[in-house]
Amino acid sequence: MAGTVSILSGATAAPSPRSVAVTEPRLFRAGLITVAVGFLGLVLLLPLGAVFYEGFRKGAEAYVAALREPDALAAVRLTLLAAGIAVPLNVVFGLAAAWAVAKFSFPGRNVLITLIDLPFAVSPIIAGMIFVLMFGAQGWFGPWLADHDIRIVFAVPGIVLATTFVTFPFVARELIPLMQEQGTEEEEAAVVLGASGWQVFRRVTLPNIKWGLIYGVILCSARAMGEFGAVSVVSGHIRGVTNTLPLHIEILYNEYNFVAAFAVASLLTLLALATLVAKNLVEWRQGRVVAIGPTPEDPAA
Amino acid sequence: MTIQVRGLTKRFGDFTALNDVSLEIPGGELMALLGPSGSGKTTLLRIIAGLETPDSGSVLFNGHDATDQHVRDRQLGFVFQHYALFRHMTVFENIAFGLRVKPRATRPSDQAIRSKVMDLLKLIQLDWLADRYPSQLSGGQRQRVALARALAVEPQVLLLDEPFGALDAKVRKELRRWLRRLHEEMHVTTVFVTHDQEEAMEVADRVVVMNEGRIEQIGTPDQVYESPATPFVYTFLGNVNLFHGRLGEGRLRVGDVELPVPELGDAAGQSAVAFVRPNEFEVDTEHQSWSIPAVVKRIRIVGPNARVELQRESDGFPFEAELPRHLVDHLGLTQGKRMRLAPRRYRVFPTSPEEPAVTDSR
Repeated sequence: MAGTVSILSGATAAPSPRSVAVTEPRLFRAGLITVAVGFLGLVLLLPLGAVFYEGFRKGAEAYVAALREPDALAAVRLTLLAAGIAVPLNVVFGLAAAWAVAKFSFPGRNVLITLIDLPFAVSPIIAGMIFVLMFGAQGWFGPWLADHDIRIVFAVPGIVLATTFVTFPFVARELIPLMQEQGTEEEEAAVVLGASGWQVFRRVTLPNIKWGLIYGVILCSARAMGEFGAVSVVSGHIRGVTNTLPLHIEILYNEYNFVAAFAVASLLTLLALATLVAKNLVEWRQGRVVAIGPTPEDPAA
Repeated sequence: MTIQVRGLTKRFGDFTALNDVSLEIPGGELMALLGPSGSGKTTLLRIIAGLETPDSGSVLFNGHDATDQHVRDRQLGFVFQHYALFRHMTVFENIAFGLRVKPRATRPSDQAIRSKVMDLLKLIQLDWLADRYPSQLSGGQRQRVALARALAVEPQVLLLDEPFGALDAKVRKELRRWLRRLHEEMHVTTVFVTHDQEEAMEVADRVVVMNEGRIEQIGTPDQVYESPATPFVYTFLGNVNLFHGRLGEGRLRVGDVELPVPELGDAAGQSAVAFVRPNEFEVDTEHQSWSIPAVVKRIRIVGPNARVELQRESDGFPFEAELPRHLVDHLGLTQGKRMRLAPRRYRVFPTSPEEPAVTDSR
């Protein structure tokens, strides 16, 4: 991208030492591209290919069998369930937080912005341990929960909680800069025209942040499905009950069941690839919207 | 609809945006709020709209207190400085918005909305752009769409914040005339904010000149230009020459020149400033005591007039006079020529005592 830009500017500018300097070192550019692509291939594509290669090592039948095994299916279900709860929760939270931060100023606003990033800063293991500390048998609420026969840690609720915690910055982080940049003028215009609060949100705010929101949801889902650390701590690794896909893969691998491990891993990889494609589609869509261009803000005269 | 504003005060932190402002805008009038940035004009407009709440004071529509009325219920049209068009909606949908969000009971049918919007599009002469998005329009087109969107709900009051601020000079001139014509057709009470004196003069019925959160003067364009009430209005509207001097015996002494100021007869010894517009000078051939001996430094011909840059002979103080071109030709004025210029009209404002007078030294 940057290369294209400089070539263009070099070509349109009058002949000057600078344009020569920009266009001349073909060799250098070729070298740079080779290094980048080579590194990408070695560190990313090769391992990715290896996952599929290892999964199919004993043929397609073994691959399919590994995926159709009840524990694997249970892991898929649990993963989708956790993501299915965590993502909507974080959409609601993200919208609320972004709205609050971008459109109002209130005491504690900066604290909120900082806190949103906390899950990024804290190691997932610690996140998991917080939940064990709070809801585990020896934890703060442990006895009360035991009395009421509610299981959180080493059960599905714990996994959902941990997943939600780890993924909650994604939507908010995506929306805050977007909403800050858009300001409140369009909302004000809508209110003056007689729109109610809900109408303003539905007809003006939401459509304006739609692509950012979708992008945040995609990133959030990808992370929710792939999360290992925090979930590992609260899960208890009960096969078919509290194992998500990443945990299931680890167990299979530790049991030297490589074909099954890689088969399931390839499934997770496919999910990730699908997410990437979706993300690029959204980015492309967003890029088009930007290219047609939101109204350029003229400097206040 | 008549708008009354009573004792409005608004502070943002330490900054006082409005300081006890009162104003009455008769129904059907086109009024300009004119002032430099930071003078409080936009804040006043936003308080009238209900987009900002005053710290004290009240806003009345047709005599009814509307200070606590929600923006949505005020039935007004607001055009934002940067238009604030809904970027994801077509031009058509932008204009239709105000009609579509009406409660079901009062909402017009789709058919009625359609014909209303098409009428407005014709009015702004952009019916061929109905399916475009705001980003595909030029600045002037966006401005007109913003206006049509505000008019769609048939507002009782139309408020415009720097409506032409972001447009280039030619488009701005066209739109000004267009707004004026539109107002003559619709007769909606209209208030617009501008920092451009020419714009205010050309478009408005009356002009409110604001400075530092206060109203300096309210009057027709002619009144505020021809008889400015305060030194600020003098300097803000048009070019003006300032002559510092000292009062005594009903005269303002500026060096050797004595300007008669009978109305300030008893303010002896106080320093004061005389304001003279360049076009208020005439050539003096009779050596009056109030004419200023000067040397021509430069002559610029602008259309039918000549702008003559001069230096006062006594101390080289520069000032400017605007004379008819034929007179300049007739007198054979050239650079270096000596002449006497008498202010035909001027106004003297005593300077505040704590502010020491700068007596002619420059």
